Amino acid sequence: MPKYLLLKHYSGGPEPHHPFPPLDQWDPADVEAHFAFLREVRALLQENGEYVDSQALAPAQTWVRYGGPDAAPVTTDGPLPETNDLVAGWYLVDVESRERALEIAAHISSEPGPGGGPLHEWIDVREVLSGRSSSED
Amino acid sequence: MADEPISAWDDGPLRAYGRDLIPRVLAGLVRRGEQFDAAEDALQEALLEALRVWPEHPPNDPRAWLTTVATRRLVDARRSEAARHRREEEAEAEPRVDGPASSEEVGDDTLFLLFRCCHPALAPASQVALTLRAVGGLTTREIADAFYVPEATMAQRISRAKRTVRGRRLDQPGDLAVVLRVLYLVYTAGHAGRVDLAREAIRLGRQLTLATEEPEARGLLALMLLNHARLPARVDAEGRLVTLDQQDRGLWNRREIAEGVRVLQSALAWQTEARPPGRYQVEAAIAALHDDAASAEETDWPQILSWYDDLVALTDDPVRDDPAAVLGRAVALGHVDGAAAGLRESDRLRDVLGERHRWHAVRGHLHELGGDLPAAAAAYAEAARRATTVAERDHLVRQAARARAQSARA
Repeated sequence: MPKYLLLKHYSGGPEPHHPFPPLDQWDPADVEAHFAFLREVRALLQENGEYVDSQALAPAQTWVRYGGPDAAPVTTDGPLPETNDLVAGWYLVDVESRERALEIAAHISSEPGPGGGPLHEWIDVREVLSGRSSSED
Repeated sequence: MADEPISAWDDGPLRAYGRDLIPRVLAGLVRRGEQFDAAEDALQEALLEALRVWPEHPPNDPRAWLTTVATRRLVDARRSEAARHRREEEAEAEPRVDGPASSEEVGDDTLFLLFRCCHPALAPASQVALTLRAVGGLTTREIADAFYVPEATMAQRISRAKRTVRGRRLDQPGDLAVVLRVLYLVYTAGHAGRVDLAREAIRLGRQLTLATEEPEARGLLALMLLNHARLPARVDAEGRLVTLDQQDRGLWNRREIAEGVRVLQSALAWQTEARPPGRYQVEAAIAALHDDAASAEETDWPQILSWYDDLVALTDDPVRDDPAAVLGRAVALGHVDGAAAGLRESDRLRDVLGERHRWHAVRGHLHELGGDLPAAAAAYAEAARRATTVAERDHLVRQAARARAQSARA
């Protein structure tokens, strides 16, 4: 079965369906509903036997490159944070088809926002190439 | 080497037996001069043999039985190794069977093994892994699970650690401070996976207090017990973090608190003018005061502040050397002298901790204490952006949303 990475972003991606403030500025009840939905998504994927992994990333981002022999790694905080394509986290799912991956992504995107209505957040769906990567043993 | 020397005991009926026996037998072999990994392999074979033999013929002295069988295996292994070496005409003689590898003052096997696992040549992550394996008797799988890394990664970390300590003589008394730090790392690594590492650290801490008179070992055990007692109240049914002031104190484990206080008192009894209590005892005293309060409002903050004064006095430059102590003191100060005093104290840490979530979370708490809800909400939001666990981040997002909503209503 193909695996898909369903990425959530802090910033970047297509024009948002509608603007919304950061989570910490929502009504506390809406925050609870949002967290509860995320727990349900995970439980649902596990129950379906489709769940592989999910992770959240801290927003701080550092770009690094080789600095040359005897030089420290070169780092930068990256381009303008507002327009930067910044990944917030992901679900890794193992599913029957690409259609099923899109269906799950759309379900995640229906997560409740401020006021309780769906957030319509864009989810970035990427197929994982099968076979072990060279970094694994 | 066998990948999983202790695996035969994982689920077997002899496991409870083995958890205490394995480290002692292993320590005996290593102290005698055997190499760490070879001794573990031999012990594993002895354990497999025990699984077969003991149900029919239980030994009088399981420890002596295992030591004898493991020694026999080591001799066999050395013979075939030596034969192979002769064949390969290796220049170096492999086995080393000369005298004890350690000095006499290392009293107990557990302590000896802990010193070995916490060898200063190892990185903290390796010290922790090796301690859990060799002293704790956990499997590589269990340790990998607890740290959320693949089993192969943890197996590699452990075998590299074993290679690092192999052949190194432990000819000076080990550094007990390092052992204590490693045990505390195990404790704070927490309760992930199927194994409760906090419980494991407490078990090892108990063993350590039997092996050394050092009051700080008891201080650490007391600290772990007094914190662990609050664990049942730290997370609610939905997995949400519950801060100390909001916890249902009826859920606290009174038995652990009583034991922690008893252990702490026995440690503090050792103090003299020349030898004030060390940091674990001081932190345990602070934890005991929290545990002692029937409600958050009844917390004895002046007493806690005075222990924090002692804690920051243990280092020359507490802001650099022990910022966590200064941060804790800022909270206590806020409760004793008012939020502004606490915030001023925390200002000293801006350069050191300004990028850490805990600093912002404390600022949020102090702003809230002082009634400045908008500032509290902003600080909690800053903290959430820097949180290092999902549970902490979600908690801080909730705090920010709550403080903002309350300030909007006010």
